[in-house]
Amino acid sequence: MKYEAVIGLEVHAQMLTETKIFCGCPAKFGAEPNTQTCPVCIGMPGVLPVLNKKALEFSIKTGFAMNCGISPYSRFARKNYFYPDLPKGYQISQYELPICEHGYIEIVVDGNVKRIGITRIHMEEDAGKNIHGSASGGNFSFVDLNRTGVPLMEIVSEPDMRTPVEAVAYMKKLRAILRYLGVCDGNMEQGSLRCDANVSIRPVGREDFGVKVEIKNINSFRFVEKALEYEIKRQANVLKDGGMIRQETRLWDATTGTTQPMRTKEEAHDYRYFPEPDLVPIMVDQTWLEDIKKSLRELPDVKRERFVSEYGLPDYDADLLVSEKAIADWFEDAVKLGGQPKVVSNWIMGELLRLLNSDNKPFEECLLKPEQLVGMLKLIEDGTISGKIAKAVFEEMYRTGKESGVIIKEKGLVQIRDTGEIERIVGDVIAKHPKEVARFKEGEQKLMGFFVGQVMKATKGKANPQMINELLRKKLS
Amino acid sequence: MDLYRLTIAGVRALLDKKEISVRDMLDSVFRRIDAVDDRVRAFVTVTREKAFGTAEGIQEQINRQGTSGRSPVLGVPIAVKDNMCTRGILTTCSSNMLHNFIPPYESTVTARLSDHGYVLAGKTNLDEFAMGSSTENSGFFTTRNPWDFERIPGGSSGGSAAAVAADECIAALGSDTGGSIRQPAALCGVVGLKPTYGRVSRYGLVAFASSLDQIGPLTKNVRDSALLMNIIAGHDPLDSTSAPVPLPDFTAVLDRDMKGIKIGIPKEYFIEGMHAEVLAAVREAIRQLESLGAVPVEVSLPHTGYAVATYYVLATSEASSNLARYDGVKYGFRAKGRDLMDMYVNTRAQGFGTEVKRRIMLGTYALSSGYYEAYYRKAQQARTLIKKDFEDAFNRVDVLVTPTSPTAAFKIGEKTADPLQMYLSDIFTISVNLAGVPAISIPCGFTSDNLPVGVQLIGKHFDEEAILQVAHAYEQSTDWHRRKPAL
Repeated sequence: MKYEAVIGLEVHAQMLTETKIFCGCPAKFGAEPNTQTCPVCIGMPGVLPVLNKKALEFSIKTGFAMNCGISPYSRFARKNYFYPDLPKGYQISQYELPICEHGYIEIVVDGNVKRIGITRIHMEEDAGKNIHGSASGGNFSFVDLNRTGVPLMEIVSEPDMRTPVEAVAYMKKLRAILRYLGVCDGNMEQGSLRCDANVSIRPVGREDFGVKVEIKNINSFRFVEKALEYEIKRQANVLKDGGMIRQETRLWDATTGTTQPMRTKEEAHDYRYFPEPDLVPIMVDQTWLEDIKKSLRELPDVKRERFVSEYGLPDYDADLLVSEKAIADWFEDAVKLGGQPKVVSNWIMGELLRLLNSDNKPFEECLLKPEQLVGMLKLIEDGTISGKIAKAVFEEMYRTGKESGVIIKEKGLVQIRDTGEIERIVGDVIAKHPKEVARFKEGEQKLMGFFVGQVMKATKGKANPQMINELLRKKLS
Repeated sequence: MDLYRLTIAGVRALLDKKEISVRDMLDSVFRRIDAVDDRVRAFVTVTREKAFGTAEGIQEQINRQGTSGRSPVLGVPIAVKDNMCTRGILTTCSSNMLHNFIPPYESTVTARLSDHGYVLAGKTNLDEFAMGSSTENSGFFTTRNPWDFERIPGGSSGGSAAAVAADECIAALGSDTGGSIRQPAALCGVVGLKPTYGRVSRYGLVAFASSLDQIGPLTKNVRDSALLMNIIAGHDPLDSTSAPVPLPDFTAVLDRDMKGIKIGIPKEYFIEGMHAEVLAAVREAIRQLESLGAVPVEVSLPHTGYAVATYYVLATSEASSNLARYDGVKYGFRAKGRDLMDMYVNTRAQGFGTEVKRRIMLGTYALSSGYYEAYYRKAQQARTLIKKDFEDAFNRVDVLVTPTSPTAAFKIGEKTADPLQMYLSDIFTISVNLAGVPAISIPCGFTSDNLPVGVQLIGKHFDEEAILQVAHAYEQSTDWHRRKPAL
């Protein structure tokens, strides 16, 4: 029997607010343990939460960007459970009446646009972090409460995805939107973007859903795909063997590439949600909503269309450039400085992203400035350097941050345009390769490339290719 | 002169005339505590040394700048219920769970009092985490009623009420979730005000039931109550539920003529099973108010019968969550355990008293999946109806008059075996918390056993002025508040 998968994702996104969601502590990542805490976020007796307005604004922004309705009346709820990283014994979250509902985002898979529904977006506080075992240096577990109270958005999708590839496309799109809005840095490895997947399978053609399994601990885009692939195969095998799928929570184990059942003890929670009495319901002011809507930046889909129509870029280029706001901005800056759009796009896609990739660096850490590329392009245009040399110059600029002009001078890369010198080298090459010259004269035209190559080699690529061509043709004819 | 007998206004008069120093005032109060508190047992912690330290600074200020234009609580020794956080000073909630807890932060109410130059006399006993009506649920000891040491002072603010009644302080702060200021005030013969929910910041008040808790003053007369309200009331950015509403001068209305004020008499509050002498005293108080120009109107609060049940679902639900933080991980009491779960279980089993555990279990049950709709949500709906009862009544009258408690102070141990009987001692005060309206209890007589009786005046949301005005007019025309227990 052929099965199809039904996938829904629950994504937790840490918001990029300066301070925590219910107190004034910094929300920064990576500080010494328990240095970013106060009586409120560590749940001392008698203290009270006060909502960070920025967290509300970020959630509303995200809601708008994902085509959600913003609830005029929303409220917080308590999710009750005991764990050492949860100092109050409950997490302040939203349950009934979340801030955003009923939205969607669009993904493109194999050239087809697909709409994925967003069930809801709600605000909540993050928990702390337990450090167990050898990492704690002995027989203890330590608790770091720096993360406690960092604002999170939980973004819940409809079960609208059918393949792991769609799930990855959804995650990537969601991440791009969050980063465009500046509300989350989208770093899955550091945990500022976390993904739990609900997946079930059903015979192709069936309308009703199979029993769903929740997968936790998926902390990279690659693992989204791998974990889902594994789980879909696992479920199909269970059914093939005549078994039944158990509704359960499984953990993705990246080292074995499998999902394993979580101990039932850990999932047997009754969270006893009830409205948070320490916070008043949120009633969002309409004019504030309008202000937020107006302040929304251009989102990837819109930008992509504009790049195609305004700069005449192919779909492929536009897609790649808008995948990160930083790349799109870099591109547009270079074009504004006089770069030809398609030429700039080629340099970004061909060289810049390749270099960043091999250094394993995110685009934000790119030191090369758009004006440096544009400066180099001018040198190509006016014949100072060849396109071939330019690649080396580009890499040097990327590594050292020096201007192209400086690099060319330092390394003596200025193009040789002295006809006499090139003529002499062409003469040498012809003299050294009598056999090839004979074959060329017998009509083996493709040997032209060989001669050009030899001249280039001799000049270390500095000769003007057009001049080489002309001189070779003259001498060989 | 026995300075400890003074009211807030009385202390000020003597400071103004430079007849006494702040130190004289403290000497008197702490000597009084030394003399009577081994019998009354109102205090968990007496902050004598800190108090004299504070007093020195205040006296210097007075010597330099005088008292003119300064706050009425300047140099006044005030006791604070031990569920309000005081920086650097033990704050126990009368629970073994917090027997060693010293907060590194200050509650908003005590911070405001400090800004006004008050002197903390000490932290008073309560039923553990404010759960109870007698202080018998204190994890440490039971406070005695100064009028009869064999009787309870009421609760949960029994320590504060007894301390005021026994003149161990000039005034005190209590907290009221279902009657915990008003009932002990009535049983100890002092004035106790529960402000409108949202009027006074709860920041630093260790939560019992967040949607019901409210801090208020326990004082020797109504004017002192208004004076303290002027200091502790008002919006606090640290408490989202504190209301950003205009703040009146609560003393401004005290001397206003109350002629024509309509007082509602809710028939559901005059019921069988009430102590006959209590009923008689309250009826007499209503007649007295009439003679002062008030117009009595019979009203009905039809959902009153659901109040106790509604309260015990909502308050325990919130409590079950509010008290989850006492898990032995970060502060307070920790028991040993084989593993994490074992440590949690042992800590909470040993750290909490019976009543607290009973309420945590009740609340946990009411919120569990499958029961939420039948209990918590139903109770919320009943709460809305109870609130509406008051709104309807206040369309017809300015103030409601009821007994504060169905009986005078009962004997220690009399109701401990029967939690339900104990819960019913708050039957007249609980609806007020559910509705969020303000209410005050003032002395209105004595039983033949020489036990104080209180009458409760209930006002509209954010209309503490009306009840203070009526209470003050009544107080001016009677002598009940001047009677003192023989200690």
